[in-house]
Amino acid sequence: MSERPGSAVSSGSAPPAEAIPRPEPSSAVLHTAPRSQGPAEETEGSGGDAQTRLLSAQRVLPLRRPGRWIATAVVLVLVAQIGHGLLTNPFYQWDRFQYWFLRPVILDGLVITLEVTAYSAVLGLLGGILIALGRLSGSPVLRAVSWVYTWLFRSIPLIVVLIFLYNFSALYKTLSIGVPFGPAFFTFDESRLATDIVVAVVGLSLNEAAYAAEVVRAGILSVDQGQHEAAAALGLPKRYQFARIVFPQALRSITPNYVNQLIGLIKGTSLVFYVSLLDLFGSVQTMGSTYPGDIVPLLLVATVWYLILTSAVSVVQFYVERHFARGATRTLPPTPLQKLRTGLRERARKEAAV
Amino acid sequence: MTAETLETPAIRPAAVEVHDVHKWYGAHRVLDGIDLTVQPGEVTVILGPSGSGKSTLLRVINHLEKPEIGYVSVNGELIGVRRHGERLKELSERAILAQRSRIGFVFHNFNLFPHLTVMDNVAAAPVATRKLTRPEAQELARELLGRVGLGDKTDAYPRQLSGGQQQRVAIARALALRPGIILFDEPTSALDPELVGEVLEVIKDLATSGTTLVIVTHEIGFAREVADRVVFIDGGRIVEQGPPAEALDNPRHERTRDFLSKVL
Repeated sequence: MSERPGSAVSSGSAPPAEAIPRPEPSSAVLHTAPRSQGPAEETEGSGGDAQTRLLSAQRVLPLRRPGRWIATAVVLVLVAQIGHGLLTNPFYQWDRFQYWFLRPVILDGLVITLEVTAYSAVLGLLGGILIALGRLSGSPVLRAVSWVYTWLFRSIPLIVVLIFLYNFSALYKTLSIGVPFGPAFFTFDESRLATDIVVAVVGLSLNEAAYAAEVVRAGILSVDQGQHEAAAALGLPKRYQFARIVFPQALRSITPNYVNQLIGLIKGTSLVFYVSLLDLFGSVQTMGSTYPGDIVPLLLVATVWYLILTSAVSVVQFYVERHFARGATRTLPPTPLQKLRTGLRERARKEAAV
Repeated sequence: MTAETLETPAIRPAAVEVHDVHKWYGAHRVLDGIDLTVQPGEVTVILGPSGSGKSTLLRVINHLEKPEIGYVSVNGELIGVRRHGERLKELSERAILAQRSRIGFVFHNFNLFPHLTVMDNVAAAPVATRKLTRPEAQELARELLGRVGLGDKTDAYPRQLSGGQQQRVAIARALALRPGIILFDEPTSALDPELVGEVLEVIKDLATSGTTLVIVTHEIGFAREVADRVVFIDGGRIVEQGPPAEALDNPRHERTRDFLSKVL
């Protein structure tokens, strides 16, 4: 105890004594003349050297980067060309785009897409958590089964899973009973459409769970071993350890990866068209075969809607990530609004300074 | 002495008995027959070179590590195992967790929960283990944080604190379960020299309050000041033990003298 401050003081006072001559070689580069005239200490203290003062009073000029400017100009030209093409090429038929964009048939498809995505995202994540826990379990059987599941569903193309399930349901009318996912779907049982939704959701969830499992497992592994130890040392119940200590921290790295998955899932729902479900893409496809002249604007309608969905998810992602960053960083990353505000303030300050 | 100001009944300091504990990883023997008795309220400091098994011994006491042979008891209660005829049988996880909640443990790298505020770090365990209601736990947390000098930091997150402050929160977190014994695993080894003092001050305060403490440390000066007994470990065995005046100032064994001459 008493050694510490003592040694700290002695080591603290030592460097300055040595440090005084140290700046000498670097200052010698700037001005060789005064060095030859006087002793080192005088050079250190003499602010009389006009050149040094001049050099230190000015801001350093940033390096010019002509290559960067040329590249920027080229890219700008290309972007302008693409924009020009998009707007003026009659091929895109923007008036027809306008006609289709909010048509009920398209919006119905959009609702199906959203529904299938939402159910599959939730069920897929829950399944993924279970499989990830299986992979991390002490039981070799659970580990093996979860590994095989992941291996299998990552290997089979989604479209194959969907069509397989579709035919499966044609063979067994009561398929939905045997599927270990929530009973909420049974209420739809009577109508043909509901069965299609069930097939789509089950197929997408099975596929999604395989990927989500890896995402969740990676997240859990990313939590420091010390956290497990501290939770165990405090005698926190096992479930509490997972639900309140480990998983919330794992979510920080799970979120961006799972959102990646989620975006894949949104686009993946376009495959449910092949199990005769009229989602967004399905509606576009059907309308396209009825009005062959409008195929391009219809595809644009689908593109823009998918863009909107992905953007919405990205915005949610930002705020979810920000929520889980709490405590992980000293200060939270600024929201776009805050960024804009500080950016403007900085700019004003800089201009005032110049 | 501030401990008595807390309204809960005084905590009974615990006695520890470590009996012939052996622990190995593969062929490497980490603990090679450790026998150690700690009296209630005693402050024991464990010294020894790195890799000598000090930390492992500490972790065996709250069963973060399982001994291969031998057992540990706290207040006469076997830790992590129960008697099953002539043999010892591992306890259920739930039972082990319940035992751990009566033994405080302070890690060298704090291991605070970064996603919880300082308040929640301290109040979580008493609530989760059903010892206190949430308001009671928060009340206690506020009191304990005040005691370690961090009454104004309840809403901060651990990463917003200095190492010394984090370690003091970790001590408050351990105290929140009102343990009869607290184990310290090199509590100052991850701290900047100027922050060591504030943590040692808190531990010193605990030492005078009558809680049983077992401390693994490299701070010899601190050991001399607070320890009732110093235990020197090397190669997984206890080489020498005794009051600091003997073990530190007049070591009988060559190995102890050699070690002390290097760290002092």
